[in-house]
Amino acid sequence: MIKLGVVGLGKMGLSHFSIVNAHPDTKVTVCDATGFVVDGLVKYTKVNAYKDFDDLLEKEPLDAVMIVTPSKMHAGMVRKALEKGLHVFCEKPFCLDWKDSEELTKLAEEKGLVSQVGYHYRYVGAFQEMKRVVDSGALGEITHVLAEAYGPVVLRPKGSTWRTQRAEGGGCLYDYAAHAINLVNWYFGEPSGVSGTVLNSIFSADTDDEVYSTLLYPSGMSAHLSVNWSDESQRKMSTRITMTGTNGRMYADRQECQLYLREPVAALPEYQKGWNVRYTTDLTKEVNFYLRGEEYSAQIDDFVKAIIQKRVNTNNTFREAAATDKTIAMIIADKDRSPSNSRATPVVAATKKGWFSRK
Amino acid sequence: MDNLLFGDNQFFGVNHMSEEKARAQQMQFQNTSAIIDVLDAAYEEGVKTFMCTTHDRISEICDHVRANPAKYEGFQFYPCMPYAHKYNNAVTEHGMLGALNQFLPDDGLFKTALKGGMAVAKKDVEGLATILIDMEMKMFKGLSTPVIFLQNVVVDLLLGMGFYDAFKIFHDHVRAKYNAEAAYITMNMPMLLDALESVGIENPIICSNINKIGFRMCGGFDKYVETLRDRKVRAIAMSVFASGALKPDEAIKWVSELPNLKSICFGASSRRNIRSTRELVDKYFPVPAAV
Repeated sequence: MIKLGVVGLGKMGLSHFSIVNAHPDTKVTVCDATGFVVDGLVKYTKVNAYKDFDDLLEKEPLDAVMIVTPSKMHAGMVRKALEKGLHVFCEKPFCLDWKDSEELTKLAEEKGLVSQVGYHYRYVGAFQEMKRVVDSGALGEITHVLAEAYGPVVLRPKGSTWRTQRAEGGGCLYDYAAHAINLVNWYFGEPSGVSGTVLNSIFSADTDDEVYSTLLYPSGMSAHLSVNWSDESQRKMSTRITMTGTNGRMYADRQECQLYLREPVAALPEYQKGWNVRYTTDLTKEVNFYLRGEEYSAQIDDFVKAIIQKRVNTNNTFREAAATDKTIAMIIADKDRSPSNSRATPVVAATKKGWFSRK
Repeated sequence: MDNLLFGDNQFFGVNHMSEEKARAQQMQFQNTSAIIDVLDAAYEEGVKTFMCTTHDRISEICDHVRANPAKYEGFQFYPCMPYAHKYNNAVTEHGMLGALNQFLPDDGLFKTALKGGMAVAKKDVEGLATILIDMEMKMFKGLSTPVIFLQNVVVDLLLGMGFYDAFKIFHDHVRAKYNAEAAYITMNMPMLLDALESVGIENPIICSNINKIGFRMCGGFDKYVETLRDRKVRAIAMSVFASGALKPDEAIKWVSELPNLKSICFGASSRRNIRSTRELVDKYFPVPAAV
C-alpha cells in the first residue's frame, strides 16, 4: 500500500484525489489550506486531512505526495517533499522558473525518487499512437508541425483567480499552451530557437489569453503553436497536433488519429497507402477507474506503479517537464525581444459595476 | 421505464468518435427547431422519453413541450444533472467559492441565497446540494420527470472520493421533492453499485456504458456481466454501439440478452436512424420493463 498525500484541493486536486483514492494500491491523506473543503471532506469521507503542508510532512508517514497547488507554490513544496525523501507527482506547469525545474530534477534523480508532472495528454491513446508513428519514421522527414489548443475558459472581462494572474503562474501560456508544447517536446525534443511570438490578452487584465509562436529545430523543422483559451466555439479544451512529412501527413486529437501515407512502410504494417483512421475505441487502454477521461487514471496509475516497481522512468519525469518549462521561458524571452503589437489593455473594457447591476 | 430512451449528446456536440462529426452535429442543431424536429420524429416512432442534460438550451425544449401539451401526450423528461461544463468552466474562472456564489440564486430569492451562504459556513453540504438540485430542476416545472439522474462526472468524482452520503442526499431529495426515482450515470458501474448499497439504496437505476467490446466499462467487462447477472440493479445501457465501433444489429442483440437490463439509451440525428434502432429493439428486446 502506497501512502500518499494529495496537496491542494482545487478543481484538479479534488479530481486527482478521487482517482488516486479509488486506486487499489494507495492509502490517501489530503492537505489544503482552505478550511471548508478539508472540513467537508473529513465530515463526509473516511479521509485523514491536514490544513498545513509542513504538518502533513512532519506528522504523516508518507511514501509520496501529489502537489496540486497553484503553480507559483510548486517549486518550494516539491523541494521540501524531495528533501524528505518522498516520491513526487506535481501538477503542470512544473516550475515558473526553469532553473528551479532543473535543480529539482537533479535532486530527484540524485535521491532516486519517482518524479512525474501532470501532462495527461501523453496518456491519451491517439497522442501515444502519434508518438509511435513519429518514432517509426513512417512520415519520412517531418518538416512542419502545427500544435493547437482551444477552449472556453476566459470569455468575459471579469473573474479573478490565480489562473488569471501571470505572476501566480496563470494564463493561457502556462495553462493551455504548456500541454501543446509538452507534446511537441515529447515528439521532437527541445527546440533550438523560438520566433514570432505573440502573447496577447483578449479579456484578461493581468495575463495572456492567446499564444502564437514558432518553435525552430536544428533539422530545419518548424512547429507553429496556436493556442487560445477564450474560444467559445469549443465545448471544452481541444488539443490537436498536425504534422507534415516527406512521406505523409498525420493528425491527432483526443478522439482519433488520421494518417496519410504516400507509401506504406514496413515498420507499420497495419497502415496502408493513403488515408488511415484509428479511433479512440481501439486506441484506448482500459483503466480501473474512470473520471473525466482514461488519461487521468492512466497517468496516476503510472506514478503509483513506478513507486511500487521502483522505476524512475514515468512518461513525464521532472526532466521532461523541465524541458517544457525551458521552452516556455524561450517563448517569453522571444516575446520580450520581439517588436510588439500587443494590446495594452483587453479588447473588451471591463464593465463598470453599477448599484443595480451585478455583472 | 421505457425500454428505449432518447439521449441528447448528438444535439450538443458530444461525439466520442470524432471532433469533426461533433462539430457538424453542433451546426446541424444550432437552432432549437432542428432539435424539436428530431424529437418529434422520435415521438412519432414511439420513443417518448428524452434523457437530457440541464443545458440552457434544454429549457427552450421544455417551453415548447409545455406550450403543446396535446401534441406531446405521454412525453417524459429524464433530467441528468448537473450540466457539468457550466460548473467546470465557472470554477476555472472564479475559483470554487466564486463559482458557487455565481450559481446560487440572486434574483430576489434572498432567503434561499442566505441559506446557501450559511450552508457553506456550516459545511452543510446537504443544504447546498438541495438548492443546486432545485436550481437545475426549475426548467422542468410542470413537465413529467419520473426519473432524475446525477451525471457521471459528479457521480464518479464522489465515488472516488468515498463521499457516498451525497448519493443518499440526492436520492432522498429527488424522492421527497419531485416524487421521482433517483438514478445515476457512471463509468464505474460495479463499484458504484457497492457504494449505493452501502448507504442503503437498493435496486438502483444505474446508466452506464454497456457494449459488446467492453468500451469504457471500468472495473472490467467480466465484472459488469457478473454484476448484471448476480446483483439487484435496474441497468440502463448507453454507448451500446461503442461510438460506432459495433454494427447496430449485433450490438443490440448482444445487449438485449443481458440479465437485469431494463433499458437502452441511444442518440440519433435522423428519423431513419431512430426508426432502425426502434426496429432492432422491437426485434431483440421487445418487453417494456416496469420501473
